[in-house]
Amino acid sequence: MKIGLFIPCYIDAFYPDAGIATLELLEKLGQDVEYPLDQTCCGQPMGNSGCNSDAAAAEALFVRNFAKYDKIVMPSGSCTHHVRDNFDAIPQTDEVRHVRENTYELVEFLHDILKVDAFPWAEFNHTVGLHNSCGTLRALRTASMSELGEKPFSKPMDLLSKVKGIRFATPRRPDECCGFGGTFSVTEEAVSARMGVDKVRDHHQAGAEYIVSADSSCIMHQQGCAERAGVPIRFIHIAQILNGAAQ
Amino acid sequence: MSNKPVNHAKAAEHFLEDAPHLQFHDERLWDMRQKRDAQMHILPEWQELREEASRIKEHTLSRLPEYLEQFETNAKKNGIHVHWARDGAEHNRIVGEILKAHNARNLIKSKSMVTEECDMRPYLAKQGVTVTETDLGERIQQLDDQLPSHIVVPAVHKLTADVAKIFAKDYHTDPNIRDPHLLAEAQRQAARPVILHADAGMTGGNFVVAETGTFVVCTNEGNADLSATVPNLHIATIGIERLVPRMADMGVFIRLLSRSALGSPITQYTTHFRGPQKGGEMHVVLVDNGRSARLGMEDFWTSLKCIRCGACMNTCPVYRRSGGLSYGAVYSGPIGAIIDPTFNERKYSTLPYASTLNGSCTNVCPVKINIHEQLYKWRRVLVQHHEMPFVKREIMHMAGKLMGQPKMYRAAIKATEVSLSTMPRFVLYNWLNPWGKHRENPHPVKQTFNDWYRKNRETAKPAAAPETKK
Repeated sequence: MKIGLFIPCYIDAFYPDAGIATLELLEKLGQDVEYPLDQTCCGQPMGNSGCNSDAAAAEALFVRNFAKYDKIVMPSGSCTHHVRDNFDAIPQTDEVRHVRENTYELVEFLHDILKVDAFPWAEFNHTVGLHNSCGTLRALRTASMSELGEKPFSKPMDLLSKVKGIRFATPRRPDECCGFGGTFSVTEEAVSARMGVDKVRDHHQAGAEYIVSADSSCIMHQQGCAERAGVPIRFIHIAQILNGAAQ
Repeated sequence: MSNKPVNHAKAAEHFLEDAPHLQFHDERLWDMRQKRDAQMHILPEWQELREEASRIKEHTLSRLPEYLEQFETNAKKNGIHVHWARDGAEHNRIVGEILKAHNARNLIKSKSMVTEECDMRPYLAKQGVTVTETDLGERIQQLDDQLPSHIVVPAVHKLTADVAKIFAKDYHTDPNIRDPHLLAEAQRQAARPVILHADAGMTGGNFVVAETGTFVVCTNEGNADLSATVPNLHIATIGIERLVPRMADMGVFIRLLSRSALGSPITQYTTHFRGPQKGGEMHVVLVDNGRSARLGMEDFWTSLKCIRCGACMNTCPVYRRSGGLSYGAVYSGPIGAIIDPTFNERKYSTLPYASTLNGSCTNVCPVKINIHEQLYKWRRVLVQHHEMPFVKREIMHMAGKLMGQPKMYRAAIKATEVSLSTMPRFVLYNWLNPWGKHRENPHPVKQTFNDWYRKNRETAKPAAAPETKK
């Protein structure tokens, strides 16, 4: 199985450590991973804002970069959601369909495909609050949703609970959106920031030292809100914990 | 009516500045969402109920003309006068004529979103008809000259102190009253004489049953029953999509409605109206007002399944923090954001963007409307119909081009990093940069992932690691 690694734009530019951890983790798990150098973006910002035709160039480039891989893995739920569910600015050729059907968010790839049952190298002696992005929670269904009253399950929790020393704090509104929402964070800046502050306070009051997420976009937004509002909480991508983050 | 796009973001910003109102609004609605969850857990068949409700509604909508005619035939047999209104103007004219024929000057009215849609109150006022809302929340909104801010709880954005102020002005009560019971009593004292001397009563209709020619009204205050039964003349204004085929279908919807809306097992008053009372007259006005056009919209017709419970508003984190009035429309919240553009695409072009597309609304919807997917689809339609502001459209156009060209893209990333690390703070945090208004920017990094990979993987292993592993 040859894996193509996609690193979303904001991880590339602002959270390279999350990208490095993703690559190292997949390598530690014995995977054959390649990172095509000419990658940019999955097209989500354009698609999300309604400017779908403008996503065509990014989507075409994405397919050129990744069509040759058996699986495409990325440390981002919302980008995976775009590729899987909304990637239709370009004609749906066999290549495009192959890419869409074989793209995985990191957590679901580890949980569902590799079925990883141990991270012997990982230890994290902190209390963490898990933030499921709406993209991973409701679009990729990596965890149960409170609105549906289904039997509780959580793929990211399954993985994190295999890490030595880790403790969990549960916020009052565990699956409420943090307010990032792509361009929403700029066009509806006031509501977005308020949602972010409420979210980080909820985690902080529950006793979390860290907010961990599989989505760096939510982290970027929440971190910005926490720093401005003076909420003493830290942020980390799930890949960094599973890869054995420095304490 | 102005065609200018509603500025939801600005109205929301204004709402957010008032901490006590904001906190109350968010918590009150979240409490309703939690009560709804508790009710859902009591019923193991909840998801089957939703599926069944959705199926019944889709079936009805796919054969709407047939069922409407069936209702008309049966309603007439019951002695109900049935009227058809193509739009708001026609609705108002019909109601005005019925009132005139009875020389009715005082109309008491139970909350109805359709009459808000038709802008009926100002029309009737011009005809010399006094309209009094009998629903407490709706009456508060009427006295304050505001639209309902929520489908089910119209004055949910107001604190007790706000209501006391409004009542003091109109009912001459003490503006310092903080006991909701005293305020409710003031409304009761003011409303009772009006109700007792009304010439006509008006209600909406939550459900219309084709098989029996009857309709069902659900309220928690019993005010609809007063409106319908105290005067001899009862006019019910109902959207054509409120049909269900059989009486047997009602059980599904009655079980879902109040549980989804307020988290209570059932509304306090669920009244089936089967015909006029002795010596009285009953009229049903079936209103289209854009509904048949919506029924023809491939991606959006299922929004007609809506039973107006407001569950999507209660769960919506954006609605809870921006208030219903910020939507500038009769229907607010997620359901409003997909319905309103069917009334006026330009005016409501911003509403599908007043969402993070988180999908919670879809999950709570008792009739399984894919609300967040329709929000996404509306954005595409609005852009295609040139309803996105030019600057935003251009930014997306340029971003799209950039994302297709790796070399240019790399250069742009470099420029962003340089600017983040070297530009003075005041440039980053001015009004041109909405990100930084209430948030810190992401921290600059020494090297991008791409740089790191080129340095640590490509040059160190020129043969490419994956090849050697095989």
